Amino acid sequence: MIKRNSSIWPYLLVAPALIVVLTVVFIPVINAILMSFQNYDLRRPGRIGFNDFKNYVDVIRDPLFWSALWKTIVWVVAGVGLQFVFGFILALLLNKKFPGRGVVRSLSLIPWVTPGVLIGLMWRWIFDGNYGVLNDLLLRLGLIQESLPFLAREASAFPAVILTIVWQGIPFFALMLLAGLQGIPEELYNAADVDGANGIQKFFLVTVPSLKSVIYVTTLLRIIWVANSVDVIFNLTEGGPAYATQTLSVYIFNKGNSLNLGYAATLSIMLTLVLATVAVRYLKTMFRNQEGKA
Amino acid sequence: MKKRGPDLLKSFLSYLLLVALIVFLLFPFYWTFVTSIKTSAELYGRTVTYWPKAPSFESYRRLFSEYNFLRPMGNSLLVAALTTLISVTVSVLAAYSFSRYRFKGRKFLMSMFLTNNMFPTVLLLIPLYAIMRKIGILYTPSSLVLSYTTFTIPFSIWLLSGFLDDLPLSLEEAAMVDGANRAQAFLKIILPILMPGIVATGAYIFMNSWNEYTFAVMFTNEANRTIPVALKNLIGQLGVEWGMLTAGGIITIIPVCVMFFFAQKRLISGLTAGAVKG
Repeated sequence: MIKRNSSIWPYLLVAPALIVVLTVVFIPVINAILMSFQNYDLRRPGRIGFNDFKNYVDVIRDPLFWSALWKTIVWVVAGVGLQFVFGFILALLLNKKFPGRGVVRSLSLIPWVTPGVLIGLMWRWIFDGNYGVLNDLLLRLGLIQESLPFLAREASAFPAVILTIVWQGIPFFALMLLAGLQGIPEELYNAADVDGANGIQKFFLVTVPSLKSVIYVTTLLRIIWVANSVDVIFNLTEGGPAYATQTLSVYIFNKGNSLNLGYAATLSIMLTLVLATVAVRYLKTMFRNQEGKA
Repeated sequence: MKKRGPDLLKSFLSYLLLVALIVFLLFPFYWTFVTSIKTSAELYGRTVTYWPKAPSFESYRRLFSEYNFLRPMGNSLLVAALTTLISVTVSVLAAYSFSRYRFKGRKFLMSMFLTNNMFPTVLLLIPLYAIMRKIGILYTPSSLVLSYTTFTIPFSIWLLSGFLDDLPLSLEEAAMVDGANRAQAFLKIILPILMPGIVATGAYIFMNSWNEYTFAVMFTNEANRTIPVALKNLIGQLGVEWGMLTAGGIITIIPVCVMFFFAQKRLISGLTAGAVKG
């Protein structure tokens, strides 16, 4: 029975989770805001102190910030866009009945549970300029004349990194969209058949509209994850060559590693503000769904 | 119904596409495995081979003898197990409260937990590093367990609330009419039915903690580094030990895959429920 009295129990039950989360999320977020206004460089611990908006001014003037922001946009648009397209194709193919479908579906999800580090390293090996299998395949097919160091060239490094994140993200989209597809009532397709719709019309007039909210929620979630992802890029290229693959998250991570925490905090506040536009939409949708359930 | 020509062609093409996609998704794992059982002479030889001439488990042996891979494995296991235990315990309680009570501030608290998931890892990373350093738990497993709860608790509460909302209230009501109190009803009735959901949530937390790199690389040192950090460390100044690295990679994903296959049904239904219902 759902209780509506003002007992203390519901609060006591939430308390442990709340205390942990307040400690490890809210205090750090407030700290990040404070640090972003400080000269907080652990290499010069004697000089830690507030410096007003200096970090923010520096960020705005930092060409690497703007380049990283631009890289982030390309990374997210191309990465999530292609994940969506191929994930959708995979979901449609898996939605048909065929022997062994369950096994194929499980296997296709493995990239999704693979550690980001390992993804970065596996693909780094595939892209390798000397012993890499991609070079070997392209040479055998006659598409290239000599081995290319994909990750060491500015022109090819970013596409290679995007290919890797696409590979990682296809299963998640396929999983969510497949669940959506299985929820579309058969009658909708039958009705479309009666109206004489062909396959393409059915896809755009029945399938896509029915999946609208799954597509919306999954895409928003994926944008946030991909924008925040550090491990894949860092283990492929560490942001190089010559910052060609340095997204904002990777830039912040590199700055944090160099112990200039104040500046890294300022950069991460900027990233959070950029992502907030996406996050707010996501949260609004989820709250609406929650209320629908309650 | 008899299949017409174009239909046959269409289904042939769609199988072809499916096979191509699956090959694309699985080839990197095949390649990692093949690399791990090649001898280094073959690995760095002039021609690239697609199946080793003489399969050898030398890389695996070296990984454990020269590199002591058991140590990061133990560290990862400790961190992942502790994170799972803590996250599941506090999340079950909170999720039960959200699902079974209506109280002042419920919506506010729920939205707070959901919002938590939206903060970029790197935003939390920097101040957490400073905080862990100050309170003296930097470079201990506790620092990792604590930082992992930033994403595991909000997520688990959300997932478990979904599972709980699907359990009919009549189950507890019947028990409580029979004289059980709320705690007994929870322990005897709800918990056993919820168990598959808890196991799926736990598996998800375990996988995420096992796989995590960004916090791990900043919050650990030589003694307590976890598998992802250890793998990355195989890339040294003089080059990469690809044989050992791929062997380590294979060892890393086996437990994750096993867990995932057991938990996947519940996990997938829990993950997709929120998005699909909307």
